[in-house]
Amino acid sequence: MTTITETNLTVQVYQVFIKATPEQVWDAITKPEFTTRYFYGSELESSFEPGARYVQWAPERERVWVEGEVLESQPPRRLVHTWLSLFDDDSAQEQPSRVSWDIEPQEGGVTKLTVVHDLLEGAPKTAESVSGGWSYVLSGLKTLLETGKPLAR
Amino acid sequence: MKDDNRVFKALADPTRRHLLDRLFERDGRTLTELESELEMTRFGVMKHLQVLEGAGMVVTRRSGREKLHFLNPVPIRLIHDRWIDKYTERQVSALAHLKTKLEETG
Repeated sequence: MTTITETNLTVQVYQVFIKATPEQVWDAITKPEFTTRYFYGSELESSFEPGARYVQWAPERERVWVEGEVLESQPPRRLVHTWLSLFDDDSAQEQPSRVSWDIEPQEGGVTKLTVVHDLLEGAPKTAESVSGGWSYVLSGLKTLLETGKPLAR
Repeated sequence: MKDDNRVFKALADPTRRHLLDRLFERDGRTLTELESELEMTRFGVMKHLQVLEGAGMVVTRRSGREKLHFLNPVPIRLIHDRWIDKYTERQVSALAHLKTKLEETG
């Protein structure tokens, strides 16, 4: 069996089509009342100004799971921030990586959301742990926006 | 649903499943790299990649002069959440377990 550790995961690309407007997708990405419902219960905190801190809290704000800095913010089309995984002690020692969210309207009221997680050369633990996570998160985001309900677990 | 149909159709071909596995092993590859691992013409590989791209399972990105192919696992996750999870209740997995056991010993 192929294990994930053998793979080259320094650039990861995820894409999903959502029946929603770019504004709705932007809100789902940036507002904590949405992120708590599809992002492992994580509450997002940031002003989304370039240079601002980007923080993803564990549920009940027990600890910080992900910390970063906003690099680029163009509501409702593009958000880029750095990503340092603090959810385990090993990955917390790694170099920050980068996450870019691109939101593009398509025909028929559909929006294309592309997430690129890159600059992972200095963050192999993070690369491994997010590689399954993003699919789960984006599937949940789509379900939440299209049905108003989070994924059943 | 239209999107599901595309994914199931894309998965219904052994060459395309093979291409997905190659990308799972190592992501972000050129057509030339993928072609070198298959006994198939460049045109054939390109056609299969187009089907995978149409189903959203492969996303291409430019890097300099190269066009790189990335595995996008989200459509498979959506199929999983819609079609697999629901049917893999305890009884079903108990039967699958029994089948594996029987086949191991048989």
